[in-house]
Amino acid sequence: MRMHDLPDEKGHFGRYGGVFVAETLMAALEELKEAYFTSATDPAFQAEFEYDLKYYVGRPSPIYHAVRWSQHYGGAQLYLKREDLNHTGAHKINNVLGQAMLARRMGKPRVIAETGAGMHGVATATVAARFGLECAVYMGSEDVKRQAANVARMKMLGATVIPVESGSKTLKDALNEAMRDWVTNIDSTFYIIGTVAGPHPYPMMVRDFQTVIGRESKVQMQEMIGRQPDAVIACVGGGSNAMGIFHPYLAETSVRLIGVEAAGEGIDTGRHAATLCAGTPGVLHGNRTYLLQDADGQITETHSISAGLDYPGVGPEHAWLRDSKRAEYVSVTDDEALDGFHSLCRLEGIIPALESSHALAYAAKLAPTLGKDAVMLVNLSGRGDKDIHTVAARTGITL
Amino acid sequence: MSRIAATFQRLRESKRKALIPFFTAGDPDRASTVPVMRALAQAGADVIELGVPFSDPMADGPTIQRASERALSKGTSLSSILEDVRAFRALDDSTPVVLMGYANPIEAMGVANFAERAHASGIDGVLVVDYPPEEAQDLLRALEGRGIDIIFLVAPTTTEARMREIANVARGYIYYVSLAGVTGARNLDLSAVEEKLARLRRLTSLPIGVGFGIRDGAAARSVAGFADAVVIGSALVERLEAAGPDDAARCAGEYIGSIRQAMDAK
Ligand SMILES: Cc1ncc(COP(=O)(O)O)c(C=O)c1O
Repeated sequence: MRMHDLPDEKGHFGRYGGVFVAETLMAALEELKEAYFTSATDPAFQAEFEYDLKYYVGRPSPIYHAVRWSQHYGGAQLYLKREDLNHTGAHKINNVLGQAMLARRMGKPRVIAETGAGMHGVATATVAARFGLECAVYMGSEDVKRQAANVARMKMLGATVIPVESGSKTLKDALNEAMRDWVTNIDSTFYIIGTVAGPHPYPMMVRDFQTVIGRESKVQMQEMIGRQPDAVIACVGGGSNAMGIFHPYLAETSVRLIGVEAAGEGIDTGRHAATLCAGTPGVLHGNRTYLLQDADGQITETHSISAGLDYPGVGPEHAWLRDSKRAEYVSVTDDEALDGFHSLCRLEGIIPALESSHALAYAAKLAPTLGKDAVMLVNLSGRGDKDIHTVAARTGITL
Repeated sequence: MSRIAATFQRLRESKRKALIPFFTAGDPDRASTVPVMRALAQAGADVIELGVPFSDPMADGPTIQRASERALSKGTSLSSILEDVRAFRALDDSTPVVLMGYANPIEAMGVANFAERAHASGIDGVLVVDYPPEEAQDLLRALEGRGIDIIFLVAPTTTEARMREIANVARGYIYYVSLAGVTGARNLDLSAVEEKLARLRRLTSLPIGVGFGIRDGAAARSVAGFADAVVIGSALVERLEAAGPDDAARCAGEYIGSIRQAMDAK
């Protein structure tokens, strides 16, 4: 089987993925899978999706050659795929739009979502408002504090934000709580998962909606430089922006694919979220994948300066790409990510999300090791407005 | 014959229904687990479902979430639970013990290693909430020949085709989840459960237990009217939470004794 034909019909990417959920959810996942496969081959559905991506989201997002940044680091040329310019400020809306269209098709009047940084929550609240769907967003109470602006945004858009007090009070707990809501309200509710995780068909479906990023990139790079980049670099939390840009490149084996995880305060401190770099396989949130866990199989608490990367699991397709070595996974620390953030602000006049800053930080390390003709394409997954309080507090800027 | 099969046969012969209490091992503390198990058996529990705490109990409501957090904070692990069951077995060789929990602690131990150790500890059944039959093949193979039954859930949303598949692989008994929701929910609809059970009966000769949302003697008695076993979880866990470690065994015995009485009353 070719790598890009996965998952198999049971949702497996090699030994990863699958459907590890309680029986109550099995029928709903079956129903979702059918609705998704029907829509994926329905020209009317695809046409509407493309129309909305163009006129509502603002696609295609441009690719930008960061000349001053490239000169500064003195090596490879940096190109940015500007997902930060999408409506709501991140790649998340590509996927939300697709799933909300499915929800409407399936006759579900209510959508729910989990969110960490709040970008997926904002995207869901946004599309729910536009489609007239009731919307509830689960968010760890720690993240509610860290991302107050996004909480306000979701409320203005008419969503109910439900702070989650259980466990570590972050993204993984929000996901648990959203699953509990779903199982309780299964007839009325569509669960819009925000990344390429969860039980089959979510990892495949979210990836497919996000591959618009990589498909556009291939056309745009050809137009701009007459060839494809030497390396494609993206940050990895759950892994949706990375899968979206990687997947169309899987068959192009001359293109290096590099996923950048959050090393937090350093992998050896234990305070990090670098699942593929430092985790081991296990089962969480409906799929088998790499996890940060202790010897007894309990999920451990994670840390990252960016709420969107603060997750102890990762999409199963990344686990498969790691083991099969088609993609490389590396990590950068909070401090390095902050440097990546400031460089892009000062050299290019673009304020990146702290999540995306991880990819930039790695590009900064890689650039000098490559020649001036080498091309790196970084997925700039989101804009950094939501992070100004975090960055200001870390750098002593008073607001 | 396995302990579970023997138990259900004995119950059938005496025309009684099984009472299956659930509590989380290590809650309220580790030292109380074996005494609580003993008290439950003495109060008339026919099978004990022992919860294995997990950091991310996706299918559980707040009561069992809190129990899991308490148990983990006391250092409870799958290994320590297997030791507790071994200690219980030395004192009680007839009451079946079923481990109920999530996949990851078992996968971390290694499925084959787990099967061997569970067998050595005297475990009779395993119910892994997030292993539907599709993903349970490795565990099924590992448990083969070890006298440990694998117990599966059937839910209100389960289609007839899936019921048939589940009936094919299930052993011991089938656990019918009485409502679409998490443990501890309060929206039990008994007539809907009864109707679904009648359909399930046509597909299996295994005993059928009903759980989720059964909170008192009256509900237990009604469920016992059409099911083979009544599972009581969150309502017991709430009482353990209120009792604390020193009074846990006494409270557990008293509560389960009262349910037993309600079920057996003529
Ligand atoms: C801007 C941005 N990038 C990346 C992520 C991480 O998610 P993923 O790895 O699924 O792309 C998030 C999540 O909140 C985000 O907001």
